[in-house]
Amino acid sequence: MRPPEPGRPMLRAQDVHKRYRHEEVLKGIDLEVASGEVLCLIGPSGSGKSTFLRCINHLERIDAGRLYVDGALVGYRERGDCLYEMHPRDICRQRADIGMVFQRFNLFPHLTVLQNVIEAPLKVRREAKAEAVERARALLARVGLADKADAYPSRLSGGQQQRVAIARALAMRPKLMLFDEPTSALDPELVGEVLSVMRGLTEDGMTMIVVTHEMAFARDAADTVAFMDAGVIVESGPPEEILSHPRHERTRGFLARVIGARA
Amino acid sequence: MTRVVPLRRPWLWLGSAVVAIAAALLALSIYRNPNIQHGVILQYQFAPAILAGLRTTVVLALLAALIGTLLGVLLAVMRLSASPVLRLASGFYTWLLRGTPLLVQILIWGNLALLFEHIGPFRTNDLLTPFVASVIALGLNEGAYMAEIVRAGIIAVDRGQNDAALALGMSHPLALRRIILPQALRVIMPPAGNQFISLLKATSLVSVIAGGDMLTAAQNISSANLHTIELMLVATFWYLVLTTIASLGQHYIERRLGKSGVGIHATS
Repeated sequence: MRPPEPGRPMLRAQDVHKRYRHEEVLKGIDLEVASGEVLCLIGPSGSGKSTFLRCINHLERIDAGRLYVDGALVGYRERGDCLYEMHPRDICRQRADIGMVFQRFNLFPHLTVLQNVIEAPLKVRREAKAEAVERARALLARVGLADKADAYPSRLSGGQQQRVAIARALAMRPKLMLFDEPTSALDPELVGEVLSVMRGLTEDGMTMIVVTHEMAFARDAADTVAFMDAGVIVESGPPEEILSHPRHERTRGFLARVIGARA
Repeated sequence: MTRVVPLRRPWLWLGSAVVAIAAALLALSIYRNPNIQHGVILQYQFAPAILAGLRTTVVLALLAALIGTLLGVLLAVMRLSASPVLRLASGFYTWLLRGTPLLVQILIWGNLALLFEHIGPFRTNDLLTPFVASVIALGLNEGAYMAEIVRAGIIAVDRGQNDAALALGMSHPLALRRIILPQALRVIMPPAGNQFISLLKATSLVSVIAGGDMLTAAQNISSANLHTIELMLVATFWYLVLTTIASLGQHYIERRLGKSGVGIHATS
């Protein structure tokens, strides 16, 4: 794989904590993702992977620690000893630069495929319509769905919907893409088409954080794999090291269960 | 050839016959009734006073529906907001306006001058003409009902839709307007249609403050010529015309909403 580019990290997490009422879901996450790097987050369900992802674009508030995307503190302004939550307008501006793809696609069912893709460029970025449409069509061609521009999402298969969702996120020209179990809701025969679009993105040098159970994808597309369990990152490193020679018992146990289930 | 003999249903036939005969007798007894002068009905069916009242009824209903819808969206959003004060205020409003008879509310608005002689520099009676009082009373009441209808619609939209909108950098109001409400509309439309039909008929209550609606006009005429039943039949006819048009409109809108393939669960 290509080496991560030097320079400041695209994502920096320092001691990130998140609690829901009585349960602490994230117990101090420290993580760095370099610009152009692809990180796969693996771990058992309920380990906090998706919650961490949702904290990165401030869909969830964090209770302690710091998250920086491209050097800027996410969701807060630091002044003296205090963190002040940002004005919603500024949070929106930050989110617009971070693409997110969801497990259940979450396409807008009342809009056509093309309208799904141009909605945010038009309404959030206030781009000219002709330009937005042109780029949307190029993106749809790239994910192999040029002919579906005028279809409604309900007419598409799960794999096609997820590819539209990726195009929709890319239309905002994000610096960072977050994938929350993008293939978990798909029928097995549709997983491949989504993964191949994601592989294409890694080759273009997109910085990506992918929560996934697809070990094969993690092995050949990721620069780094991080294993999360019970709200902490147990270990992280190159895919070969984590997936083939894990140092921790918990990682070994998880991999044995996942790979055992697949075999 | 084998013959297929359907089940014989003597009771169904008998029941239908009884209903048909009863309906025919009722129609005949009204038609033959010497106390009804059909000429009077025909004379007033298109009388200018009645038509003016009809127009007022329609305008009243449309204005109240407009106020009620805007208010309903506002109240629903307040009810779903993070602030306990806003939630409580919205709940209190609905509790108060839904929990008291519309007739009482209309009488209060129509007689507000007895409570406040002046509103600011204006005389209350100059400001709150019977028509204005009627619009306010109906609109505010409608808002309480629409709030519950809109809230149910918003809740029915999958939470992932809001997540996706916010993740794209949309603000909450933008996501509500462009993503959530259009989808909620499908859930909102059927009960909102019922609500509008109910409002069309409820406009007749403003006749107690001489709101100038169709029933006010019919009563004004009948109190002079004493043909009460005839004028009520004149009004009945027009109310049925209005509610029929509203039902057809509702049907048409629901079909159009259904066509675009919009489904709450369509993406799952």
